[in-house]
Amino acid sequence: MSQFNYLNDINSFLTMEGEITRGPAPRWQKKMETSTTSLNASTSRSKLSTSYNNSCSSFIGASSKTPSKGLSDARRGRKSPTPSKGARTPGGDRFIPSRSASNFDVAHYLIRQEKKSDPEDEENENSNNQTNSSKTERQKLISESLQLGDLKTQRVLCYQKKAPSAPEFHQNPLRVVYSIQTPQSTKSGARYIPTTSDRILDAPDIINDYYLNLMDWSADNIVTVALGNSVYLWNAGTGNIEQLVEYEEGEHACSLAWIQEGHILALGSNSGTVELWDCSKMKRLRIMEGHAARVGSLAWNSYLVTSGSRDGNIIHHDVRQREHIVGTLSGHTQEVCGLKWSTDGKYLASGGNDNLVNIWAANANGIGTNTEPAYVLNEHQAAVRALAWCPWQPNILATGGGTADRCIKFWNINNGTLLNSVDSKSQVCALLWSKTYKELISAHGYANNQLTVWKYPSMIRQAELTGHTSRVLQIAMSPDGSTVISAGADETLRLWNCFAPDPNQAKKEKAASSKVKPSVFKQSIR
Amino acid sequence: MTSNAQATKNSITLKGSAAIVCEYLNYGINSILFQRGIYPPETFVNTQQYGLTILMSKDSKIEEFLRTVLQQTQEWLSKNLLDKISMIITNVHTKEILECWDFRVQNEAGDGTDKESGNPTSSKELKRIQQEIRDVMRQISATVSYLPLLDCICTFDVLIHTVKDCDVPEEWGETEAAFIQNSQAVQLRSFSTGLHKVDTVVNYKMTA
Repeated sequence: MSQFNYLNDINSFLTMEGEITRGPAPRWQKKMETSTTSLNASTSRSKLSTSYNNSCSSFIGASSKTPSKGLSDARRGRKSPTPSKGARTPGGDRFIPSRSASNFDVAHYLIRQEKKSDPEDEENENSNNQTNSSKTERQKLISESLQLGDLKTQRVLCYQKKAPSAPEFHQNPLRVVYSIQTPQSTKSGARYIPTTSDRILDAPDIINDYYLNLMDWSADNIVTVALGNSVYLWNAGTGNIEQLVEYEEGEHACSLAWIQEGHILALGSNSGTVELWDCSKMKRLRIMEGHAARVGSLAWNSYLVTSGSRDGNIIHHDVRQREHIVGTLSGHTQEVCGLKWSTDGKYLASGGNDNLVNIWAANANGIGTNTEPAYVLNEHQAAVRALAWCPWQPNILATGGGTADRCIKFWNINNGTLLNSVDSKSQVCALLWSKTYKELISAHGYANNQLTVWKYPSMIRQAELTGHTSRVLQIAMSPDGSTVISAGADETLRLWNCFAPDPNQAKKEKAASSKVKPSVFKQSIR
Repeated sequence: MTSNAQATKNSITLKGSAAIVCEYLNYGINSILFQRGIYPPETFVNTQQYGLTILMSKDSKIEEFLRTVLQQTQEWLSKNLLDKISMIITNVHTKEILECWDFRVQNEAGDGTDKESGNPTSSKELKRIQQEIRDVMRQISATVSYLPLLDCICTFDVLIHTVKDCDVPEEWGETEAAFIQNSQAVQLRSFSTGLHKVDTVVNYKMTA
């Protein structure tokens, strides 16, 4: 029988004319064949294998190609249905459940539900009471968990003659328990803060003007300070001093601000211009005009430099554009002496000599802010120069008032509410938040000319850094957050190592990170 | 003879169990009133109970209120008609519910039967029950450490969750269940008389 098959096959391949009847079957046919009985499959396989043998002798190009396809198909068909290589389930033909991936709680619940519901259905037909009870039980549990009580099966009763209320003058005696604060001497987490300055630099001819911002510390560790009509750069790493510019008599810088990253310095002058300096090349890049009076405050927000002037206006300059003025804010009636962008760049806070703090929300298009302030905070009783955004809570703004006010106030900018107000007993010249600790530092004037480190939010005084003999004009923080530099009207710059990272803390963190992760079993078993 | 005496000694009937629970409620509610500073501390007197010093209000109106309420509660409890007793603390001015102490009562089968009425009895020792109650009372006084300060003029009320077919006595009225928005619940220890198991849960408003 088979030899005839073989002969037939040869004949069919040798006949060139007419339809190819005995060539490899079309794909659909092959599929049909493989899907039918195994006997059929075996016959088709024998057919295909013969055609393959023929094609090996390669008479016809066309038939030699297609059979090879057929061959691969046939081989695939020959494979046992239990997979080996290409199988999807790992572990061959065995079912190995993945215990970590299966949710046993849910499964258990579902199984129990099924068991429960089965007899329930039967009982429902028999209108049995028991189902109702089990249902109500469940309802009760649900309602109980909702804390509403089972309203259907329950009555909530109360005696009509109510108990008397506490007398009006009564004050909860527990207030004492709640308001008590850990005494200073036993407060935990107290750390050593050196109260004397690390280093003192001379700053001759520094202009003693509360409304100016004459110092800044860059991310490149360079301190810039305006002394008289010159601007100096002091490299805090090397101690190298360079003079950036010396103005003509009668002209001087009123504000200095470094870009967040890099060596571009914005400089506000007393003629109302904002200059951009490339400090790596000691070269002026551009002069941007716009203000009618001196520019006493500057703040960067990436490519945007915002300047506040004595004319009460705040201008957003886009430093990339030729037409640099992208927005003018006139929310102050007097000199703008404090200007800070929030850490996330969504809000601009401005403080003025009109005792106002304005909060400007960033524009929808991302350039500048809305021209109407989001909030006008008018609680301060003096000029507001000290502004600082909390680095770990972007919605918290700290502001400090001048001589007549002396308060440090904390605001929640999300709703414009006053969170806390602390009387510092002295003019607040500047505020900075620590990056390392939940603390902030404030710079003060008369009587002690000190810097005060406060714990936040308790506002407990941590340390008083004294040394300046005249009021502190400006403070700036080093890029690593450990050191604060203060410029005093006593013509000195003082460096305070007040936020140095705690060596014990660092050790602890190191130990914690090196610790092996506890086993999963230990985590789950309490 | 001796065994008979012992059996009567340790047998708690439903009525007795209700009395124990109500006694606990009385001391518990008074203790809460004092501990939470709802009424001036001068209006409280020391009493010794459960081996503890518990401050009880000497305000006649409060005493009267609690007496009537707890009397009624005891009656319902002895008939197993109660589900939950809630003591709510409300702000007098805003009527806002600030805190809710739930005393959930679950009926238990007990381990004996009263020969006369056929009601179940329990043979749990009174000493042990009181010990359990003392633990709960201790926890109640410890709640001060985490419950928020009630910094307003407050009053309290007792809501009794009964079964539906319970008749309402005179001077009693139906009301709504207490619900505190944004609440946090802390379950304290439970105690059981063998016939009633009482869970004490405090629900309080989370302060922002």
